[in-house]
Amino acid sequence: MKHVVIIGNGISGITAARHIRKRSDHKITVISAETDHFFSRTALMYIYMGHMKFEHTKPYEDWFWIKNKIDLLKDFVRNINFESRELILAETGSLKYDELILALGSKPNMFGWPGQDLKGVQGLYSYQDLVKMEEYTQGIQHAVVVGGGLIGVEMVEMLSSRNIPTTFLVREKSFWDVVLPREESALINRHILAHHIDLRLSTELKEIISDDNGRAEAIITSNGDLIPCQFVGLTAGVSPNIEFLKNSSLETNRGILVNRHLETNHQGVYAIGDCAEFREPFQNRRPIEQVWYTGRMQGEVVAATICDQKTEYKPGIWFNSAKFFDVEYQTYGHVWGELKENESQFYWEHDEGDKCIKFVYDKSDRTLLGINTFGIRLRHEICDQWLKDGKAIEYVIEHLEVANFDPEFFRRHEKDIVNLFNETHPKLAVSFKPKSLFSKIFG
Amino acid sequence: MNIRILRTVGLILFIAGFALFNSSFFLSGFQLSKEILLLETGVEKADLLERYNPELLKKYYSSNFSFISDLEGSFTKVNNEVVSVYGIQASEIHKIIELQLGNAFSIEDLNRVFDTETAIGVYKIQKVKDYGSWLEGREFNNSEELESNLRVVAENIQKYSILQEKGFDRYQIKDLKYRLTSAAAVTPIKEHPGLFLFLTYLLCITGAAFYLLPQTRNSLPGIKNNGIFFNPMKNTGWLGILTGAYLIGFYIFLYYFPEYMTSWILMVDPISFALKGSPAGRFFLYGFIYTLCILVMGVRMLIKYRHSKYQMIRTFSVMFFQTAFAFLIPEILVRLNKPYFDFKNIWPLDYDFFFGNELDKLIDGGGLGIFMLGWGIGLILIGVPVFVYFFGKRWYCSWVCGCGGLAETLGDPYRQLSNKKISAWKVERWMIHSVLVFAVVMTASVLYTYWTGNSEFLGMNSYKIREIYGAWIGAGFAGVIGTGFYPLMGNRVWCRFGCPLAAYLGLVQRFKSRFRITTNGGQCISCGNCSTYCEMGIDVRWYAQRGQNIVRSSCVGCGVCSSVCPRGVLNLENKDEAGRFGNPILIGNDSFKVVE
Repeated sequence: MKHVVIIGNGISGITAARHIRKRSDHKITVISAETDHFFSRTALMYIYMGHMKFEHTKPYEDWFWIKNKIDLLKDFVRNINFESRELILAETGSLKYDELILALGSKPNMFGWPGQDLKGVQGLYSYQDLVKMEEYTQGIQHAVVVGGGLIGVEMVEMLSSRNIPTTFLVREKSFWDVVLPREESALINRHILAHHIDLRLSTELKEIISDDNGRAEAIITSNGDLIPCQFVGLTAGVSPNIEFLKNSSLETNRGILVNRHLETNHQGVYAIGDCAEFREPFQNRRPIEQVWYTGRMQGEVVAATICDQKTEYKPGIWFNSAKFFDVEYQTYGHVWGELKENESQFYWEHDEGDKCIKFVYDKSDRTLLGINTFGIRLRHEICDQWLKDGKAIEYVIEHLEVANFDPEFFRRHEKDIVNLFNETHPKLAVSFKPKSLFSKIFG
Repeated sequence: MNIRILRTVGLILFIAGFALFNSSFFLSGFQLSKEILLLETGVEKADLLERYNPELLKKYYSSNFSFISDLEGSFTKVNNEVVSVYGIQASEIHKIIELQLGNAFSIEDLNRVFDTETAIGVYKIQKVKDYGSWLEGREFNNSEELESNLRVVAENIQKYSILQEKGFDRYQIKDLKYRLTSAAAVTPIKEHPGLFLFLTYLLCITGAAFYLLPQTRNSLPGIKNNGIFFNPMKNTGWLGILTGAYLIGFYIFLYYFPEYMTSWILMVDPISFALKGSPAGRFFLYGFIYTLCILVMGVRMLIKYRHSKYQMIRTFSVMFFQTAFAFLIPEILVRLNKPYFDFKNIWPLDYDFFFGNELDKLIDGGGLGIFMLGWGIGLILIGVPVFVYFFGKRWYCSWVCGCGGLAETLGDPYRQLSNKKISAWKVERWMIHSVLVFAVVMTASVLYTYWTGNSEFLGMNSYKIREIYGAWIGAGFAGVIGTGFYPLMGNRVWCRFGCPLAAYLGLVQRFKSRFRITTNGGQCISCGNCSTYCEMGIDVRWYAQRGQNIVRSSCVGCGVCSSVCPRGVLNLENKDEAGRFGNPILIGNDSFKVVE
């Protein structure tokens, strides 16, 4: 029985702890300075919006950890002595480990904006950030959110749920266009505007102006506009939370460097989740994957390795999802902001402009490479299988109905999609066979 | 800005109508006349009431509380008097014992105890014969034993004969209290029920319309649960607790003290006359308010979930079944002199379906009555299993059922208050299946009595069992707790913990059905919206985050988990039974293969 210490009780660390427990009777200690218990970070926004209370975001009841003998320690790790395998803690002295999992998460990026340390200026990542945001947005007249990514649009939605007029500064020409292709990005621009958000594209933050009490009272944009506001959300991405390890013997770059087995340069020390950086990134994937799903997968893999079943991290077909106000987004495989040399695409958008679907395929052999879908739910298993099997685009269009995951009675668009496909790809034309009424009713 | 004004006006109108409705509860005076008394109680009892409480006919009562308390006092006085006149007295019991030889009992001796010349004596002899014939010829060990047996006879006579025939037993009292308050009420509502109906209900409905309809212009379609946990109504704050207390009070009056509600009942008379040609009773009032709640809050539901066709069609369905099947059709049947029948109510939720009087009504109801009987039994034996096999229990619980209909409309603002703990699930399983067993045993005893005429069933009295079931489960659990606890424990307390039909549907759903909630691969982000908004208290996330399908007997298939999921992870589906459990789970990780 060895003592496995996990720093961080987010999805990666907790998944590792649960799976180590499933596979062994090792002593497990999870250390976090953030909260007593694991909660879903992705749900922080819903607490602010009043959809849930904090306790609803905890996926496991509090007895779960006692019953499964997973010791939770609320403390802050100041330093790690990798030679003596010892952690230096802020409150409870030191702690010895046999194996160590670093699941340290991220922190919001700050790019040295003048005024970024003022009161009422913050990012959004941790529970503490949420508490701060609650405090700083009480009774305010106007807010500004800087940074056109997922957390930015979440923060805008949060503020809008409380009817706080919000200006949304996006550096790029169009929302999240480093990831989203032009059409999809435009769809989200329109949707943000429909929610009465003051969306300002191609606009950067230049400076945050303080009032007499050291609190933000306005910002100045790169266009020289002055926007009075009492709250500024800075959401220009996140980076690994590894400041305290920078001068240690642990090899780091932007994140903690790991091999495909999630091992660091120190034997028995692993890094997973937001803070891990692959020495050899996977094809078509970034060296640091700050996504819920990959954090969970890595937790599972590292648990197997620690329990004597050395396992390589082999992520399957890429997938991700998000929600922009009322528009759900799913992606499978790879859809780049700009088509690559060998790629071609088929795009369908609903007349009302609030739903769309895009297929990217290989020009030469027509193999499906990726799907983006907005406002239409697709079945993960089917998309995964199509991408694995390298199905041709016309096969995918013809069988699209099987992949639909929308609730019963929802308006279906397969017919329109097939029609448009046949119009634009006459040589590949497919037929559309709708389900019979009988099979609609009886499944 | 305009929208805010409209909504405020709506709220004010609603509160005004609601306040008028509540004040009308106290708005009646009462003047009992001899004519009313004669009509309702008959000459003999009317005279008794007048003799023992002359005030009752003279006095004008300004509140229902004082009038009803005087009425109760009068009934008690009369009852005490008739018991002292017609009851078998202790001295008479002793006299009987003295006459016996060797502690045996002989009916012949009664003539020597009671005066055969007077009507009272004859009555007493007859009663002792009726109730004590089983003692005839019996030998007793000692006089104490005989005495205790005679005492039981005397008590039964008092309980089952004297009060009923000469005074007022509790059923008559209950009935008379309501009929007398209704007839004696002196209130403007009686003269102008239509005006009050218009002022209260129409004001409330108009107010609700002003409050709800502008929402379509105020926000884009989509899940808008903003501020729910900051709202004192929806988070068991002061407003929620107040609403719960009001609902509990309403149900207690409705089921146990309907005589206080006369003003409200009089108010809906015009509608009752229009529909069935006779005055309203308390359950007509209840049905009317119930249907209105489902319709008005159904409109709210339609607006709130206007992005989801599943929710809209489902809401139309519960609005339709309540209005047509539960409210209009049964009342119209009564007007046509046919048996009152709700074609969508199914035993054991419809717990009195097999009660003797109900069966007789159907059997005597001609071809239609027999059809109704067959229809009801068909639903139990064929309808439930077949429909649940194809669609899950949702076909009933969240599409058709009246309790479900109210929960899904009036109760929707409270769905997040159900307890998701595993301990609550444990309590739920014990409780709901116990009620199912209780309902089955109760019905078996009732049918046994119906066929054999014997009221003893497995050492229990079948009349007592059905009475307990009716009062504690039918009224107390389903009504008072079922609805009164909406703002305290969520909108499905009855459906989750008590409904025996839900238990039956659930057993079929769990073990033999094509229905499941499919989890979309590895897409769950454990946010907790699904679990939070599950009215049945299912920890949906527990399954979803593992990639497992959700197959739970309690799931009523409302589909809200799928609606609130921000990642489109959940979908209600009817598909091959084989795929419900045990499939390989897609986690997006090729390092492992995971089987459920």
